[in-house]
Amino acid sequence: MITVESLTRRYPSTGSGRRAGFTAVDSVSFTAQPGRVTGFLGPNGAGKSTTMRVMVGLTVPTSGSATINGERFADLPNPGLEVGVLLDASAQHAGRTGREILAVAAATMGLPDSRVDEMLELVSLTPTEAKRRVRHYSLGMRQRLGIATALLGDPRVLILDEPANGLDPAGIRWMRDLLTGFASRGGTVLLSSHLLHEIEVIADDLVVIGNGRIVASGTKDELLSAAGTLARSTSPRDLAHALEEAGVPSTLAGDGSVRTDADPARVGAVALTAGIALTELRSAEGAGLEDMFLSLTADTQREGAAA
Amino acid sequence: MTAMTIPTDTAQVTPVRRTARPIPTSQLVRVELRKMFDTRSGFWMLVSIGVLSAIAAGSVVVFAPDSDITYATFVRASGFPMSVILPMIAILAVTSEWSQRSGLTTFTLVPSRGRVIGAKGIATVLVGLGSVALAFAVGALGNLAGSALAGVDTVWDVSWSIAPQIVLGNLVGMAIGFTLGVVMRNSAAAIVGYFVVSLVMPGILVLLAQVRSWFEDLQPWIDWNYTQVELFEGATNTGEEWAMLGSTTMIWIVIPLIVGLLFLRRSEVK
Repeated sequence: MITVESLTRRYPSTGSGRRAGFTAVDSVSFTAQPGRVTGFLGPNGAGKSTTMRVMVGLTVPTSGSATINGERFADLPNPGLEVGVLLDASAQHAGRTGREILAVAAATMGLPDSRVDEMLELVSLTPTEAKRRVRHYSLGMRQRLGIATALLGDPRVLILDEPANGLDPAGIRWMRDLLTGFASRGGTVLLSSHLLHEIEVIADDLVVIGNGRIVASGTKDELLSAAGTLARSTSPRDLAHALEEAGVPSTLAGDGSVRTDADPARVGAVALTAGIALTELRSAEGAGLEDMFLSLTADTQREGAAA
Repeated sequence: MTAMTIPTDTAQVTPVRRTARPIPTSQLVRVELRKMFDTRSGFWMLVSIGVLSAIAAGSVVVFAPDSDITYATFVRASGFPMSVILPMIAILAVTSEWSQRSGLTTFTLVPSRGRVIGAKGIATVLVGLGSVALAFAVGALGNLAGSALAGVDTVWDVSWSIAPQIVLGNLVGMAIGFTLGVVMRNSAAAIVGYFVVSLVMPGILVLLAQVRSWFEDLQPWIDWNYTQVELFEGATNTGEEWAMLGSTTMIWIVIPLIVGLLFLRRSEVK
């Protein structure tokens, strides 16, 4: 379990550089529970990576704390055996071979070399690829190597920053299965992403951050139930009209779908009464997460009032 | 209201603490030694130490007059490439964690940065001792071969009091490089910095000593190059000379290293 309590990271205003006086993370609190995948969402520069760096002791917090199973990361005797970390797959010595990077990590943790081969197999890096230097790796291969490093010590907690970046569709599916499997065995997974669909498919819980502050957190179902219902019918105009008659405000989207804040059961009942055949009726998940994300982080978006 | 028994499993679940032992320092030193030479550049630096030493010893055999075919000449020749390469190895041992960003992994596997830097320091000293031992060995082979080819008597003129000074001189060079690495945390900047303090600065200090007489007496106390050359020559003998070495070591190594370490421990690793 990961516990973050009123974590703040402020860059001293007396310092130099573009971050001087900037509050990257502002009183952030949340938990990532064992047995669940927690998605950490936010626009670029919202403070996701800074929060994760503080968790693993690479950045010193200005105030507040982050603990792993009740202990500060820096106090863990051999952190690699308890927490698997992947913050940036490209942050490796370009002149080492993939295998050597794993072998060095294994030697640091005191693990046998055989573990390296197991991990290479797990992340599907072939022996030939493992012998190549990382400078020649594609981003997807670096991500696989990073995942292998994170899993090397057989940890119970995973902290992954944008792990799906650069993976092909098969790789993304593989990653998803790997992480859900890890969580179903009781592991704790915290993963950040701006790939909304990816998070939506995999996460059980969501933490949304914008401008360094938590703007929403809870289970995915809770957060998305607020997203309303999407319905389609052969005559969308009639459906919208029927909903209006029944006192349910709705909007008719350009693609012929009808969206409303009411739950699907209510929409179905209205359609039945009006004798309208529905061709699709579901909670507005797909667009829901995106809408939620954009509205929650609207004032922090670079593109202005995106929602 | 009916009494309810609180199921015990809702009580605070104690996290299962794994029996993880702290990572032993010897293990960290082994890892850091490995990391110094498992890259292409690290590997070739190691090879170049051996190859250049042999070439230097060989050129003494070819070019030096017979009177110079002595052990001291060979040791000096085969040790010269090392006095340049060893500081580079020391610099890169530290700075590659930042310049290549591998520190992101290193410092998450071992959060105590002081321990990592300490292990790097020990590994650097071990490499220095090994390399200088190699220089002595190559020098000895060169001396045997050279004197046989020239048909002169084999002269062993490196005494037991001079040899440790040569070792120490090389370690001083490595320590300067290591310190620059800790302070700058950037490969290019630290290497440039090394050439400034080892090539540019001594010239300026000598010039200053020539034009300002009050500085002439002061120079040996602040010019680390001066005290290092004295070590290479085996000429650090009196108490005052050792005090000069202590002074330059304090100014150029101990103080900057402590300040650099303080900053390094709190800096953000990105």
